[in-house]
Amino acid sequence: MADGGGLSRRGLLGLVGTGVGAGVLGVGVGVGTDRAVQAHTNGSSGASASYPFFGRHQSGIVTAAQDRLHFAAFDVADGTSRDDLVELLQDWSHAASRLTAGLDVTATGATGGGLAAPPDDTGEATGLPAAGLTVTIGFGPTLFTAADGTDRFGLASKRPPALVDLPHFSGDQLVAAASGGDLCIQACSDDPQVAVHAIRNLSRIAFGRASLRWSQLGFGRTSSTTRAQTTPRNLFGFKDGTANVKAEDARAVEDGVWAAASDGAGWMAGGSYLVARKIRMTIETWDHASLGEQQTVVGRDKGEGAPLSGGTEFTAPDFTAVASDGRGPAIAPDSHVALAHPQNNDGATLLRRGYDFVDGNDELGRLNAGLFFICFNRDPRRQYVPIQTALSRDDRMNEYVKHVGSAVFAVPPGASQGGWVGETLFA
Amino acid sequence: MTVPPPAVRPLALASGLAVLALALTGCVANAPAGSSAATAVTVDGTDDSCRVSTTTAPSGPVTFTMTNNGSDNSEFELLADDGLRIISEKENIGPGTTGSMTVSVPAGDYYTACVPGLVGEGVRAAFTVTDSGTTVEATGTEKQQIDAAATAYVGYVEDQTGQLVTATDEFLAAYTSGDDEKARNLYPLARAHYERIEPVAESFGDLDPEIDFREADVEPGTEWTGWHRIEKDLWQPTAAENGGAAYVPLTPAERRRFADLLTSDTKDLLDEVTASDFTVGIDTIANGAVGLMDEVATGKITGEEEIWSHTDLYDFQGNLEGARVAFDGVRDIVDQKDPELATSIDDQLTKVETLLSGYGSLDAGYPAYTELTDADKKKLSDAVNALSEPLSRLTSALVA
Repeated sequence: MADGGGLSRRGLLGLVGTGVGAGVLGVGVGVGTDRAVQAHTNGSSGASASYPFFGRHQSGIVTAAQDRLHFAAFDVADGTSRDDLVELLQDWSHAASRLTAGLDVTATGATGGGLAAPPDDTGEATGLPAAGLTVTIGFGPTLFTAADGTDRFGLASKRPPALVDLPHFSGDQLVAAASGGDLCIQACSDDPQVAVHAIRNLSRIAFGRASLRWSQLGFGRTSSTTRAQTTPRNLFGFKDGTANVKAEDARAVEDGVWAAASDGAGWMAGGSYLVARKIRMTIETWDHASLGEQQTVVGRDKGEGAPLSGGTEFTAPDFTAVASDGRGPAIAPDSHVALAHPQNNDGATLLRRGYDFVDGNDELGRLNAGLFFICFNRDPRRQYVPIQTALSRDDRMNEYVKHVGSAVFAVPPGASQGGWVGETLFA
Repeated sequence: MTVPPPAVRPLALASGLAVLALALTGCVANAPAGSSAATAVTVDGTDDSCRVSTTTAPSGPVTFTMTNNGSDNSEFELLADDGLRIISEKENIGPGTTGSMTVSVPAGDYYTACVPGLVGEGVRAAFTVTDSGTTVEATGTEKQQIDAAATAYVGYVEDQTGQLVTATDEFLAAYTSGDDEKARNLYPLARAHYERIEPVAESFGDLDPEIDFREADVEPGTEWTGWHRIEKDLWQPTAAENGGAAYVPLTPAERRRFADLLTSDTKDLLDEVTASDFTVGIDTIANGAVGLMDEVATGKITGEEEIWSHTDLYDFQGNLEGARVAFDGVRDIVDQKDPELATSIDDQLTKVETLLSGYGSLDAGYPAYTELTDADKKKLSDAVNALSEPLSRLTSALVA
């Protein structure tokens, strides 16, 4: 396809529609404005929210965390060439620019085509607003260097040093089928149907070029990424992400989220690194734990979310404070808050953007529930890996959690108007 | 199976006329019959032989004239190099009579076949068309090409159903005589004929449920019959596999009864597809190709079709061949209307064919589906998805 034009002919073999090639619509408001500003002005997202697909950074990172998630990891099909891969990214970008504007995947859409062919758009989002949909595309380590070491797309030399294969963390019980992937798409929205619609249609466009490796639904956000949002609770019943990096913290975002050209991969400037971890919570066991035990594990009070060293939710924890009974520190050194806090990690921060999940139940009749952890960071070697190393070794919470899925992706910068995500990598 | 296919029986009157008009010329139109420019080939058919005067001809119009020196009605067919797709046929040549057909054929490999008794594979031989230097292209109006493709497809359906009758007879003879090993070997091969034309077979209301229902498809109060009933008796489950109840093998009398039912239903199917009012529209051919790949995606990839024999890959191959024949039959027309779509379907079909051929062939056999890993199955599933997207555009491209 022509850059920035409609879907490629190949993408269109699934989605032939008339009038598709007319170019990308100017969608949403604030096109080209900084995403952080966008997120800020929107404050908390809502059904009427619409975020631009094009911009300096991809949406879905510092964007006010939406309520629902459908995350998908893909493997590129055998026999797919570098050109095919580029075409896929162009098709995805074009489709995403429409979907995030609340439009059908093509102009012909769900019902505008003839009766003899399948509709271009699958139709379940017809009549629904954009609902704050963001589509965020990332590249896994295996896109650059396959598991067997081959350089399938001539990208090996472009692999960013920060895109490391995550080490084995203590206690990891990873399932290969729920880990890794050549490509990822994070679709977030305030309407679960809109998020699923995006993944479904983008998967369909990819048939023959990439196929789903695993995907995950998240039904409730567990982080707030702007100050205007209230702090949600995770399935442990605790407020999560109180001390998260917020979009308004310009300095923290620049330092801790966005990759810079000087970081070792020029094409990643303005991008970030996404770590996804599927964390199963053994919530039945947790629910048997006393309130005191639960608070000790977390390091915060369950009702207010204040650190056990005192104050209110947003009071900074004081790790030197002594417990009221005088016996030991108020916040246990092996509590989750203590181990994860920047103060105890050389200042390393994470922009967390995780979601609760419940995937039915297991064969023992326990809820298959937990946290689908997502974070964005500028360099996992300095941020996620050391923090998780400490947590996996000592966190009191480990008694109640099990990491079963893991993936890391380089999330490139946003596409300029009419461009496509990944353009800087293939330039 | 199980999903009702689109209707395939247009009004008998109009379609019957089209068949009559085109039966003489076949699908790759078209020098006029008896054209002086045509290469003449004579065929001498008996009850067990088929002598063709030459095994090669130059590309261009060829007139085949068959004399039936046998004791039963016969027909003459020219088949594509897949041995499945009928290029042209002359049906119902009575004993002692002569029939001829003229067909314009491009260079390539073909098969000739005499089919004494009108059912079964017939007596086949390779036939080569050499390049005469003149390009043979589809000619005639689009309407004529579409009608010719439909006629050829009906010929293919009749041919496969005839072979199904023969193969079913052989399979059931082994089964009722207690030669279970032979029956198990013949089972997936006979079924391949059915799988190739499954969407058409499913269009005859009651027949498919009686012939091809799986145990799970049967409603309470309805007797389970057909291929899969016999399958379970040939690959008898343990009690644990049978919902906890010991499997009770069929008695010889019960075997006979189920065999007779299947024979009768298969003959009924043959009667339906050879009826003078049976015809198909171009959309039926295209939708049939899609339907066949849907069968693969919903029944074979999941291993649900053959839960006792695990011969799903044979069915997969049958479905795939059926889709290929349907596509090749309309290829010339799609090429004119949407060449890029034609290329894409062809490429994706080839990918699935290549992938499946890595596991075996109908002749050499396939491994049990349970021997495949999940990764193997996902590769097959991905390839089918990749094919089904462009294939699902075929109908609209043809009727546009």
